Amino acid sequence: MVKTLPKVDVVTVGVGWSGGIIAAECAKAGLKVVGLERGQKRGTSDYQQIHDEYRYAIRYDLMQDLSRETITFRNNRKMKALPMRQLGSFLLGEGLGGSGTHWNGQTFRFLPYDFQIKTMTEKKYGKNKLGAEYLIQDWGLTYEELEPYFDTFEKTTGISGDGKNKHGGKRSNPYPTPAMKTTPLLKKFEKASGKLGYSPYMMPSANLSEPYKNPDGEQINACQYCGFCERFGCEYGAKTSPEITVVPTATKTGNFEPRFHANVVEVVKKGNKVSGVKYLDTISGEEFIQPADVVVLTSYVMNNAKLLMVSNIGEMYDPTTGKGTLGRNYCYQILPGASGFFDEQYNTFMGAGALGMCFDDLNGDNFDHSDLKFIHGANVALTQTGTRPIGTNPILPDTPTWGAEFKKQSIENYTRSLGVGGQGASIPHKENYLSLDNVYKDSYGVPLLQMTYNFTDQDRALHKHISKKCGDILKEMGAKTVVVNSEIDQYNIVPYQSTHNTGGTVMSLTPEEGVVNNYLQHWDADNLFVVGAGNFSNNSGYNPTGTVGALAYRCAEGIIKYSKKGGSLV
Amino acid sequence: MSEEGKNLSRRDFLKTTGIATGTLVGGGIIGGLIGYNTNKKSKPSKNANNTTGHDEHTGVPARMFFMSQTDFQVLSNATERIFPKDNLGAGAIDLGVPYFIDRQLAGNYGSNSKEYMQGPFAEGAPTQGYQSRLTRAEIFTQGVMALENESKKRFKKGFSDITEKQMDEILTAFQKDEVKMSGTTSGFFFALLRSATLNGAYADPMYGGNRNMEGWKMKGFPGHQMAYIGEIEKDEFKKYEPKSL
Repeated sequence: MVKTLPKVDVVTVGVGWSGGIIAAECAKAGLKVVGLERGQKRGTSDYQQIHDEYRYAIRYDLMQDLSRETITFRNNRKMKALPMRQLGSFLLGEGLGGSGTHWNGQTFRFLPYDFQIKTMTEKKYGKNKLGAEYLIQDWGLTYEELEPYFDTFEKTTGISGDGKNKHGGKRSNPYPTPAMKTTPLLKKFEKASGKLGYSPYMMPSANLSEPYKNPDGEQINACQYCGFCERFGCEYGAKTSPEITVVPTATKTGNFEPRFHANVVEVVKKGNKVSGVKYLDTISGEEFIQPADVVVLTSYVMNNAKLLMVSNIGEMYDPTTGKGTLGRNYCYQILPGASGFFDEQYNTFMGAGALGMCFDDLNGDNFDHSDLKFIHGANVALTQTGTRPIGTNPILPDTPTWGAEFKKQSIENYTRSLGVGGQGASIPHKENYLSLDNVYKDSYGVPLLQMTYNFTDQDRALHKHISKKCGDILKEMGAKTVVVNSEIDQYNIVPYQSTHNTGGTVMSLTPEEGVVNNYLQHWDADNLFVVGAGNFSNNSGYNPTGTVGALAYRCAEGIIKYSKKGGSLV
Repeated sequence: MSEEGKNLSRRDFLKTTGIATGTLVGGGIIGGLIGYNTNKKSKPSKNANNTTGHDEHTGVPARMFFMSQTDFQVLSNATERIFPKDNLGAGAIDLGVPYFIDRQLAGNYGSNSKEYMQGPFAEGAPTQGYQSRLTRAEIFTQGVMALENESKKRFKKGFSDITEKQMDEILTAFQKDEVKMSGTTSGFFFALLRSATLNGAYADPMYGGNRNMEGWKMKGFPGHQMAYIGEIEKDEFKKYEPKSL
């Protein structure tokens, strides 16, 4: 028996960064918001024993329970898709704050180039730079249009930065707080990369350099550089997270109710509108319909796409015909890099998730690609995020992976090895997409999302080019041995790579090109909004959260407008 | 029984079996004492949150998962080859790694309780990852027996009675997937065994391995420190006395 609850103005599916931002903005504007969160309530007081590498970084205690739900994966259409039975390549979040709880806090704005990638690439290199199988398109919104929303997100989160990136888009304001500390390791990278002609700057950080009160009155504390950020929550309330900012902001209006253990299984569509969502209370087993004037999908890339698919909203992408938009442009991230082995010991165990020095000379179209077989590039960085002993066992190539020699090298190199790496842009390809699996189901009986993904020639060329440059920097830094990452071949879902999955529900200027318009409003249902990294039609050479935050503020503005006037916002 | 009473009886037990005075004993008991530092004077601690996380004064740790003494000894010896005692310091056995693994197999780790275990099961490509119907507990049980059987096949002796070189030969054969297992592969079992050994060497001591934080001391990892804000800008390498949760 499904129970229908009283109608609310806005319901969000998930309460992480995007759900929290939508909730805060809409609740401040007087709308009644319910946030349905499948995980549990959590906050700073729950993170007082967080310095536990095994529990959180190895056993993934803050991450999604895959026994309930996962995805299936194959490299190409000829393979049979099989379930991702364990977490590996990327770490899906769960619970209040979502991935915003266990992120590192590296907070960039995508480049102006990203938003107009098709126009700018064709203008400079002609129409045939990449083959027709690469589905690059403009986003339907320029950097300049999105700038005010980037600014708002940075103010909410108090981002620490030096503003010295000469390749970044124009900023209306400086970063709210000064950059983090320039440690000896960061200085070493700064000197070497500067000598090689690059323009290093301090990585913009959501681990704050000083205490900060945001415009909503929320307090964020100063980072203590304890070295436990990524995969952990912050025991100091110094890594900006939804739990310490937008969630309390929404809550104190009296207009927001977060509801936990509420797993949404369907968006209810009626004609060209949606009427609410159906969810399951995973504790009691009861089913509910939560009617709402506006439904906002604010879960991760995977579930935003899946919910649209299982609810039959929009046209599924078909890689054979190229028709349909839902599931298209799934992108990931390419990780070029190199390791350097040094004689001296460094305090590598100290750090913070977004403590780093980086440059954009090899990102976007900031360098000439005329003679290269790829477009875009990577932000290249040395980060000092805090190395931990289970996860960090650096050995030279051809060393056995166990036994006496392994033990000796992995211990000796633990504080004597440094990495320089890039976050390589990922360009959409017609064979990389999301769909629904027709065999495997989640524990609620709903089909699993299916991912078809492999590295492309573009990825391989980008990876090789930038890995070599990373190696050159380590040589300049004085490494006695430099090991450049070996070339990539097939994408493998087992080793951890990056939780920067994007696409599948892309934004676009026309309904033919995407799932949502540039207010993240669904092209086929005016009162349905879908927001997150799924809206990116390509992934950039940066961490996605800064751009997700900006889009969420843009979306919130759209919802408030819609609640007054109705209809399509474009 | 009070905690204190338990401790006393446990220590009395040790005394009567001769372990406390260093007398050699054979048979079943020795395996149970693998890794237990019998030379160390155990002092009863009233502090429940003692710094090692290993409750030394209660004596021999109990096993929660492995029933057979032989199996536990095979596990212990295999982990020691993966992370051997050397001039840098303790190996897997002295670090308590076998007990760490035993406890992990008895819990969520062993039962894959946060992982997708629904069928249908198919082999899949290596890029698709773990596709076995077996839980880690089942894989370890089978894998440890397979190590023993392989040793008997190759050397006519049990795994715990062969030389270190012979143990390495068998472990290498497992790593290279040269030994047949059912429902999983020996390569996969080896990868699990290797990662579990490193987990046990370096996890916080409260999990039963990394005894006395010896793993961290060897590696130079300071463990649970509240802050490095006062030190992180300094040029010199900083050594810490590690702290556990």
